[in-house]
Amino acid sequence: MATMTETTAEVIWVSGPVMRSNGGQVLSMYEMVEVGAERLIGEVIALDGEVATVQIYEDTGGIRPGDPVVGQGAPLSVLIGPGLLGQIFDGIQRPLNALRQATGVFIGRGAQVTPLDRQKAWLFKPRLKVGDTVAGGDILGVVPETSAMEHRVLAPPGVAGEIVYMAEPGAYTLNDAIARVKDARGRETELFLWHRWPVRQGRPYKERLLPTEPLITGQRVLDALFPLAKGGAAAIPGGFGTGKTITQHQLSKWCEADLIVYVGCGERGNEMTGILTELPNLTDPRTGRPLMERTILIANTSNMPVAAREASIYTGITLAEAFRDMGYAVALMADSTSRWAEALREISGRLEEMPAEEGFPAYLATRLAEFYERAGSVITLNGSKGSVSVIGAVSPPGGDFSEPVTQQTKRFVRTFWGLDKELAAARYFPAINPIDSYSEYPDLVAGWWAEHVAPGWQEMRSQALVLLQEDYQLQRIVKIIGEEALPDTQRLTLAAARWLKEGFLQQSAFDPVDMFCPPAKQVKMLKLILETFRKAKEVMARGVPFYQVRELGELGALMRMKSAIKADELERFDELEKSLNDKLESLAG
Amino acid sequence: MNDQPKTENRKPETDLSGREYLGLKSIIGPLLVVTGVRGVGFDESVEIHAPDGSRQTGRVLAVGQDEAVIELFGETVGLSLQNTRVRFTGSPLTAPVSIDLLGRIMNGMGQPLDGGPLPVGEASRDLNGQPINPTARTYPQEFIQTGISAIDGMNTLVRGQKLPIFAMSGLPHHELAAQIVRQARLLGEEGRFAIVFAAMGVQHDVANLFRQSFEASGVLNNVVMFLNLANDPAIERLITPRLALTVAEFLAFDRDHHVLAILTDMTNYCEALREVASSKGEVPSRKGYPGYLYSDLASIYERAGKIQGRSGSITQLPMLTMPNDDITHPIPDLTGYITEGQIVLDRGLHQRGIYPPINVLPSLSRLMSDGIGAGRTREDHSHVSSQLYAAYDRARRIQSLAAIIGEDSLSSGDRQVLNFGRAFEEKFLRQRPEENRSITQTLDLAWQILKELPRGDLTRVTEAEIKTYGGG
Repeated sequence: MATMTETTAEVIWVSGPVMRSNGGQVLSMYEMVEVGAERLIGEVIALDGEVATVQIYEDTGGIRPGDPVVGQGAPLSVLIGPGLLGQIFDGIQRPLNALRQATGVFIGRGAQVTPLDRQKAWLFKPRLKVGDTVAGGDILGVVPETSAMEHRVLAPPGVAGEIVYMAEPGAYTLNDAIARVKDARGRETELFLWHRWPVRQGRPYKERLLPTEPLITGQRVLDALFPLAKGGAAAIPGGFGTGKTITQHQLSKWCEADLIVYVGCGERGNEMTGILTELPNLTDPRTGRPLMERTILIANTSNMPVAAREASIYTGITLAEAFRDMGYAVALMADSTSRWAEALREISGRLEEMPAEEGFPAYLATRLAEFYERAGSVITLNGSKGSVSVIGAVSPPGGDFSEPVTQQTKRFVRTFWGLDKELAAARYFPAINPIDSYSEYPDLVAGWWAEHVAPGWQEMRSQALVLLQEDYQLQRIVKIIGEEALPDTQRLTLAAARWLKEGFLQQSAFDPVDMFCPPAKQVKMLKLILETFRKAKEVMARGVPFYQVRELGELGALMRMKSAIKADELERFDELEKSLNDKLESLAG
Repeated sequence: MNDQPKTENRKPETDLSGREYLGLKSIIGPLLVVTGVRGVGFDESVEIHAPDGSRQTGRVLAVGQDEAVIELFGETVGLSLQNTRVRFTGSPLTAPVSIDLLGRIMNGMGQPLDGGPLPVGEASRDLNGQPINPTARTYPQEFIQTGISAIDGMNTLVRGQKLPIFAMSGLPHHELAAQIVRQARLLGEEGRFAIVFAAMGVQHDVANLFRQSFEASGVLNNVVMFLNLANDPAIERLITPRLALTVAEFLAFDRDHHVLAILTDMTNYCEALREVASSKGEVPSRKGYPGYLYSDLASIYERAGKIQGRSGSITQLPMLTMPNDDITHPIPDLTGYITEGQIVLDRGLHQRGIYPPINVLPSLSRLMSDGIGAGRTREDHSHVSSQLYAAYDRARRIQSLAAIIGEDSLSSGDRQVLNFGRAFEEKFLRQRPEENRSITQTLDLAWQILKELPRGDLTRVTEAEIKTYGGG
C-alpha cells in the first residue's frame, strides 16, 4: 500500500455530493480525501488535467471554493480486525454508536471516529511462531471475539517472509504490534490485529470452487424449490409491500451461515432499528448465542448521504470477503441494490455523463457484475474453505421486472426469487411466485440433500414444480369457466396445488414453530403432500368421486402441520401419512 | 458582465455573513447566476432584493470559484439583471421554531397569514434537518386507535409511523384524514399532542375543511398550519413540508409533544420538484421526474419516528393523489418504497357509495405486527386480520368469475364467500364519517362477518380463537 503522504489542493466548484478541486495532478483515482475544516470524507472519481472530481460521503452544505482538499494517499478502505461483530456501521464503516456519542441522536457531519475501538484489549492466541514463514492470508493467531465466533487474525495479502517476532498469548489492543515479518530483502514489517483493505478491490484467494452445498435458510419455498448454494448469488425483486425486507430479515436470522453482513442500503431507518432491537433477543439455533453476535450491520438509510450509499455495498462485501478468508461461510444481504443503482445514477447525473436506459449510467451492468462476482465459494490463501453468498433485493419501479436494474441483475445471479404483488395482497407470504422464480443450483446441491437429509429431494422438487405449473395453467381456465366445470382429475390437481401452496410454501415469519423449518421437516412435509396427492389420484382412478376426497376432514391437517408439528416430532408426519393413506383407501371401500 | 460594479465586494473574506452583490449574470427559470462571488458556500441561503424593494429567499445550488447558481423560492417577476441585490447569509436555510407556533397559520414560506406577528423563534433550525441515527431510534409499536375499522383492524397505525393515503382525484381522502385527526386516540391520552399541517398546492376549500375540522374537535390551539395554496408559487412547495417538519421535530423532540404531521398533497410537491429539475437542465429519469426523487422524498418521510430518551414522537400522514389512478406512477411508487405502508383508496368502492372507500388489499401497514396483539389490542387481532385478507381476496376473485359465468353457476361454497365479501364491504368497511369504533368493536364486527364463511375456510384463525370470539 502507498505510504500516507498527504497532498493538498483546493475546492474549485461544489454542487451536492460532487465537488471539483484543482488537485488533478497530485491526487490519484479513488484516493480518499478530506475536505474543508470539518474534514468531510470523499473519494476521487475522475481526473482531467488540473481538475480532480470528488464525491463526498457527507452533507456538503457550507463547503466553499478555496476550502482545502487533503489527499490521504490511499483508496477508501475498511479496517479488518476484532470488534466488527455485532456492530452497526454507516456506508463508510463509521460505527453509528460512536457517531451518536460524537454528534448526538441526529447524525451530524465531520465526526472523526475510528471504525474499531483502539483502546479495547483482545485476548490473542498466536498460531505461528518465530522462524515460521508467513504469506498473505495466513492466520497469525486467533481472538475469541464473541462466544459464537473467533476472529482469525490474517496476515495482510501481499505480506511474505519470516516471522522474527511473535507476541506471547495475552491481551493486546489494536495499537500493539503482534508480529514482525522480515521479507526476502531483509525489510521488517510490523503486523497488527487489524489490516486495511480497499473496498473497491476484491480480496485475493487461491482457487474458486463450484458451489455444491446449499445455503439452508429454513424457508421452505427457498430451500425446497429454489435453493441458493453457499457462494452463490440470488436476487429478490418485488414491488413495495411484497415482502423483500421481511424475506431478507428472515434470511439474516435463520440462514445457516457463520456470519451475516446486512447492508441496509438506502432503506428505512426504522427497519435498521427493528433489526437492532430484535437480533440481540434472538438465539442462533446452532450456537445458542444471540444472533447479533454473528451479524455485522451496515446502515445507510435513504436520507443519509447518497455517495456513502454507493460505497456501503462495497464496504459490506469487503468485510464479507475478509471473513471468508478466515474460513467462514458468510452471507451478505443487500437491501436494496436498486437504491445503490440510483445512487450511481445520481452521481452520474451530477457528472453530466451520457445516460443510458432510464437515466442510469451505461456502466450500471459492469458495476452490478463486479459486485455479484465477488460472491463465491473459494479455497482461501491459507488453504481453508470459505464462501460469500450474496442476496440482493431489487426494488423495480411499479413492480415491473422489465426495468434496467432487475434485467441486468438477472444476468449475474443464478437464483431468482420473484415476489408477487397479488400474493402479497392476499397476505400470502412469502409472496414468492413459483412460476417466475428459478434456481440454477439444484443439480449442484442435490448430492448434499441426498447425503445429509434424505434421498429423493430432487425428484420431489420436480414433482412439486410440475404440479404448480399445471395449477397455473388450470387457474387460467378456472378464471373463465369456474372450478365446478372442470373434470374430477383436474379438480384434484387444483386441490393438491392448494395443499402445496398453503400447507407447504406459505410460511409465517411470526409463528414460533413455523418461522424456521429445518431440511428434514421440509422433506417430510413435501413427501406427505405429494404422497397424499398420489394416493388420492389412485383411489379416484378406482372410481372414488372427487367430492368424497374433498370432504375428507382429515386433509385439513395438511394445512396445519407446519405449525402443529414441531421439528423434533418428525415421526408424527409418518403417522399422519399412514392415517391419510388409510382414510383415502377406505373411500375406495 | 463580469466587470460590472459590485457594491460590497471588498468586505474581508472572514466575514461570512452579509456579503452582498449587485447584479446578476442571468435568470433562467427559477435559477439566478451571480458572478464575482467570493467565499460563498454550497447550500447557503440567500436573500434576493428586487429593485422594488421586495425580498425573497433562495439557496446556493452550485458554486464555483467565481460564480454561484442560486435557486429562487419565489417569482422572478420584476427581477432585473442590473438592479437585483443578492445577499449571502453564510448559513443554510433555517426556520424559527417555537412552542408559540401552536395555534398559528402561516403561508408555505412561514410568513403569518393570521394577522399575527412574525413568530419569534426560541431557536433557529436547519430546514433540511439531519438524519436520525438508527441506533437512537425507538422502534414504533404503540397502537393508535383511529376508530376506522379498515385501518385499525387491518392496517393498524402506530405512533412514530409514516403511513400515507394514496388517493384518487374526486375521492374523499381529505374527509378521511380529517376523521383520523378527530378520532385518533393520540389526543388527550397521555402527554402533549400537536398537529402540524402542511398544505402544498391545495385548494382554499380543502385548507378550510381541515381548519373547521380542527376547530370542531377543539384542537385548533394545538395546530400549526402551513398553507401553500393552489395559487401560490409552485416552487415554494419545496420549502413547505421541510418547514413543517422542522417545527414538528422541535415540538416532538425538544418539547415532548406527540405530533401528527399531515402533508397534503405530495403529488403537487413532486410536480414542483420536476418543474425545477427540468429548468436546471437535469437528466430526467421516469416520466421526467429527477433521478433523485426517491432520495428527496426520503428526506421528508424519514423525518418521522421516535427517539430514545425523548418522550415525543412524529407520526406522518402524508396524502397524495395518484395521477390517473395509477399506483405504479413514480410518485406513489417511490412513496410506497419509503413509507411504512400505505392506505389505498378505491374508485369502485366510492362509486358504490361506500365510505371510507379503502381498498384493503393493496393497503398495508408494515409496523402493524409489532403494534397489535395481546396487551396492545387483542390476542386474536393478527389472525383475524390475516383471515379477512385471505377471504376478501378470494371474494374479489370469485366476484370477477361470477361476472363471467353468472352467480348461479358458482358452487355453494363460492357463493358463501361472495356473501362474505358483500358483508365485509357493507358492514365492516362502511362507516359514517362521525362513527368512531373501538378496536374491540372492530374485531367483534370482523368475527360477525367471518361467520358468513364456510367453517373449513377459516384456516388462518385457531380453533381456540373461533371458540372464544367466533361464538364457538
